[in-house]
Formats: sequence, structure tokens, C-alpha cells
Amino acid sequence: MLKKSLMLGLALSLTLSTAAAFAADKVSIVYIPKNTGNPYFDSLVKGFQDACAKLACDFTTAAPATAEATSQIPFITAQTQRGVNVIAISPNSPDALNQVLDRARQKGTLVFAVNGDLVGNFDHRDAAILPVDFTKTGPGQVELLGSMINYEGDIAILSATTDAPDQNTWIAAMNDALKTNPKYAKMKLVATVYGDDDPQKSTTEAEALLSKYPNLKGIISPTTVGVAAAAQVLQSAGKAATIKLTGLGTPNQMRPFVKDGTVSAFQLWSPYNEGLLAAYYAVAVKNGTIKNEPGATLDVPGLGKVTVGPDHIINTQAELTTFDKNNIDKFNF
Amino acid sequence: MNALSQSFGLLFRRREAGIFVMLVLFCIVVGIIQPRFASLETARIVALAIPLILVSAMGQMMVIVARHVDLSIGSILGFSAIVAGMIFRDHAELPIFVGVLAAIGLGAGLGLLNGLIVTIFKLPSIIVTLGTLSLYRGLLFLASDSRQVDPQYIPKPLIQMSQTSPIGGIPWIVIIAFAVALLTYFFLDHTRIGRQIYAIGSNPTAAPLRGIRVVPVTLLVFTISGALAGLAGIIYASRFGYVNPGITGVGFEFTVIAAVVIGGVSINGGVGTVLGTVLGVILLGAVNVALPILGVSAFWQDAIYGAVILVALLIDRSVRRRGLKSLVAGNRA
Repeated sequence: MLKKSLMLGLALSLTLSTAAAFAADKVSIVYIPKNTGNPYFDSLVKGFQDACAKLACDFTTAAPATAEATSQIPFITAQTQRGVNVIAISPNSPDALNQVLDRARQKGTLVFAVNGDLVGNFDHRDAAILPVDFTKTGPGQVELLGSMINYEGDIAILSATTDAPDQNTWIAAMNDALKTNPKYAKMKLVATVYGDDDPQKSTTEAEALLSKYPNLKGIISPTTVGVAAAAQVLQSAGKAATIKLTGLGTPNQMRPFVKDGTVSAFQLWSPYNEGLLAAYYAVAVKNGTIKNEPGATLDVPGLGKVTVGPDHIINTQAELTTFDKNNIDKFNF
Repeated sequence: MNALSQSFGLLFRRREAGIFVMLVLFCIVVGIIQPRFASLETARIVALAIPLILVSAMGQMMVIVARHVDLSIGSILGFSAIVAGMIFRDHAELPIFVGVLAAIGLGAGLGLLNGLIVTIFKLPSIIVTLGTLSLYRGLLFLASDSRQVDPQYIPKPLIQMSQTSPIGGIPWIVIIAFAVALLTYFFLDHTRIGRQIYAIGSNPTAAPLRGIRVVPVTLLVFTISGALAGLAGIIYASRFGYVNPGITGVGFEFTVIAAVVIGGVSINGGVGTVLGTVLGVILLGAVNVALPILGVSAFWQDAIYGAVILVALLIDRSVRRRGLKSLVAGNRA
């Protein structure tokens, strides 16, 4: 399989040279993750693969080495030239891809945003497959941390980059929940800091939080790199008993910390189901079984009946999945 | 007392005086703004932020003294770390030192390859290592199948090297890093080959006329730089508890080169000391830790970090030109 070993220039030249080598009857799908080497997207790819094994669609994946705003552009261009039927992409930028995506759609390619949406640029993609209703993510995280600290004390947020669109949406919702819900009246957000999704920076920021706020009771880190770095810091400093940590992480990354009690629970969703749903939806729309419009419904094995929501957004699950020591071993991603 | 003031005077007459003054001034200013900075806890955080940079900086310093530069160390670090991690994951029955030796050995090999390309083809090292920066990163994606090594596979004793201490509460990795610095000092200042590195950097044309075998010494310097980057890979795995093909070591070369140059090592070769480099690394570490503790907004951190580097360089240069006589006049009177 070409899969993840395709890198930048290599990917370009290879895919260009195999242009238009498709059987006419099979739906061809390419998935472009944010970057390679991210275990989270491996799980999403697995969802696509399993679906395509059943539905007989042609599936490939190719991704840039780094998750920069423009790094996906050459991949989109190459896939468009190759004449692929469906481009599913987890966009690195909400607006940098508009033009190339439009060009793909003019050629009849169906464009899906998967896992993250083109916020503010909905008319540059055909549909979005998102894990959960993101408006519930922020409040869900606040509630989980609140339940760990008896809804009382100083808390802080350790995020990714200052301009990460998903994280900023969630953080805004967290602030809103903390301000408006009387249940959280005694929880005080003392700082929001940014680790840039870099282990070293996230570690330093987490250590600075501990040093600067001696009364800190809890940390929310809604990013996989950040929550792992913060867990490592709490474990090293031996402060897991006094400072509770939760956030969005992957089970494989967090497993040792859940097992040794550093983190009692964290949340995420199933990236696998996103891949599965995206593939089923792509094939159904391409084959004309359903129309790509709000209100359309589709049966996906294992997920039940899913409905296309307003703005062509489809959610794979209603609520976040909470991982703790009782269920973590059922997951491998 | 006399001995103390004498050694003080000695210190100030050395070229490292500028960077030392900068470090002290920085700590005093930050300590005044945020008294919490002046604590043992901060010292611990800074100490833990240093080893990774310090170990690689020793190698980079030698390379720069020899009038070369090694831009590939971040990729060598990542490659070595992921190979060690894969050994830990796939051959858990092997003792830990096998993975450690593999990392250092692989690093040395990649460094030697840099040196061979530079010496055989007589190419500028900045171009060669710019190429191997991408080459090694690409190969590491292939070797690891773009999969990260999850925390559960990093051996506990290795992680504890960053958490436990044999003496005085100083973690193992800090002691190892300073031991490397000490060895580098003896190598550069008290061995014939060490002095030859300076001679080559001062005047590459004259060095062979003085009977110095430039090619073997250059190869050795690149090999050491690679091996130390490999060791840094192990420290990375210990400190952060996982290795990711797309994150580990990316952009690391900039941090290390900045530390080395701040430490007074001349980019033109032939000039530089271990003490200066150590001070440069400590200054960078202190700045990185101070900014979050001061509560500097994430938007400003990068800009201030860059400004501090420039100011450090300016102070260093002006101190060198005019000497510190006026500053230490009182001390020596």
C-alpha cells in the first residue's frame, strides 16, 4: 500500500504519473489528513479502509509531513488532476484551501471536510463529517473536570496554538459555560495558555502553571499533545493527587497515565467512525442512492441511522466518549 | 576571600563575561517582576529544560568551531529516538541499553554520512545538512511507517531518568548532560585533536600545512555531533515519554544553533568555549521558562524570545570589543 509512506514531492510525482487510471464503475476516494505520523488519523484511515472493503470503493490516502496551512494544497491539486471522485480532507486551515477545493469541485469531485470543518467557508466544500456537535465539547469538558474537583477551585486551560480554530471554539464555549452556569460558580479560570502542540513548549507551559498558581485544582487540555505533556508533568512532580487533569486525548497516548492514576478520565470520540461514515456517505451520494442535502438519512452499519444536518454537517456521535480505567483497554488508537 | 574575588576577576576577563552578565541581569529583572521566579522550583524546571539542548549544543559547537554547521541534528534526533522507541516496542525483552546504543550508533552513522558528503564532494556543510535534514526526516517516516511510539512502550526506568535523582535532587538526565559538557571540555581543551579542531576552523587553508589531517578530524566532528544528537533522542524519549515521527526534533536545530551562538561561538569558526555554550543554553532555557511564568501572552512570547536572543548577541559583541573593565573595576580594585 502506498498509504502513509507517500511524502511531499514523492506523492506529487507518483500520483501525477498514475493520473486517470481508474476503473469507471468504482467510486474512488482519497483522504488527506492534516499530516502524516499522527496516530489519530491512522484510526480514521482504518474506518475508510474497512468501509471500502465492504462497499468496493477505491481508497487511498496521502498527507503532507507537516500540518501547515498550505501544505495540503499540492496534494489536493495532484488528486484533482488524477480525477478522483471524492476528496475527503481534514483541513489545516479554514480558508487557505478555498481556491484549490473550488477547482476540484468544478471538475465534479465531491469535497468532504472530515474531522474539522472549513469554518466560515461552508460553500467551498460539499459536506462535513464531524465527530460530535462541537458546541457540546467545551461544556462537556468543564463538566468532567468539575465532577473531579467538586466544582470548586482555580482551573487553567492548556491549548494548542493561539489560532487553532477547533480549540478556540471549545475554549469560548468553556468560558461561556463557566460564566453562565451557576453550577460552575465556584470554579475560577485563572489562565489560558498555549503549548503550540509541541511537547517541549506544552511541558514548559504546564510546569509554569503549577509554579505560578500554587492553588491550582484542575487543568483542561483540549489537545492530544497538550494533555499528554500535562500528564507527564503531573506525574513527574507527584501532583496528580492535588491537581486534576482532563482533556481530549487518544487512548494509546493516555493509557499509562490512566493506569497509574495520574489521569482519572479524559474524552474524545471515535475517529474510526468518522472514516466509516465518510466512506458510506460518499458512495451513497456518488451512486445516487441519496441526495447530498440537509434532512437526507443514511443507514451505516454500526452507527445506525444518521441524518444530514443544517449546513450539510453530519455528526458521527451525539456525545463525547469518556475514557477511564474501566473502558480504556477496549480502544486501540 | 581573596581567592574568591580573584576567580571572579578571572571570570570577568574571559570572553564568557558578556553572556554571564546577561544571564544574571535577566534573572534579576524577572525575579523582581515575578518573585515566584526566584525559587528552587524554577531552577528545577529550567534544569529539566536544558539537557536536550545542552547535549546537542556540545556537538553543534564543535562543528561550528571547525567552520561548519550541522542543520540535520533535529532529524537525526528524531530518527534515533524513533528507532530506539521501535526497539523498546518490538523487542521489549532486550535490555534498555540496546536501544540507547542503537540510538547513539545510528546518530553517529548519520553524522558520519554528513561528514563524508561534505569532505568527499567538498560541498558547503550548510547545503549538505539542509539536504540531509529532509533526507533523514523522510527516511524516518519510512522506517517507522509514520507511526508514533506510544508512551506505554517507553520503558519505565528510562522515563524515571527524568524524574529521579542519584544526588541532591538533580535528575539523571541533567547529570548526564553536564557530564557530556565536561567531557567535551576535556576533549577540546586538553587533547591534540581537540586543539586541531580550533586550528582547522581558524584557518582551513593553513591547517594541512601544519600537518593537521583535516579530513579525518572533520569526519570525527560530524560523527560526534550525530552521536550526541542520537543521545539527545534518548533524552527526548525519557523526558516526554513518547516519540512521534512528525513532531520529535522538528525545528530543534534552530534552538541549538541559537544557544551556541549566544554562547559566544563564532559562526566564522575557530572561536568558542564549552563554558560559553553552557551559559548560552542556560540563558535560552531560563528565557523559555520565564516567559510563561511571567504570564507573557502567547502572542508575544515568540517575539520576546527572538528579541532576547538579539540583545544577548549585542551585549556579547560590545563586551568583547570594549572589554568589561569598567564593569569589574570595582571588583579588582
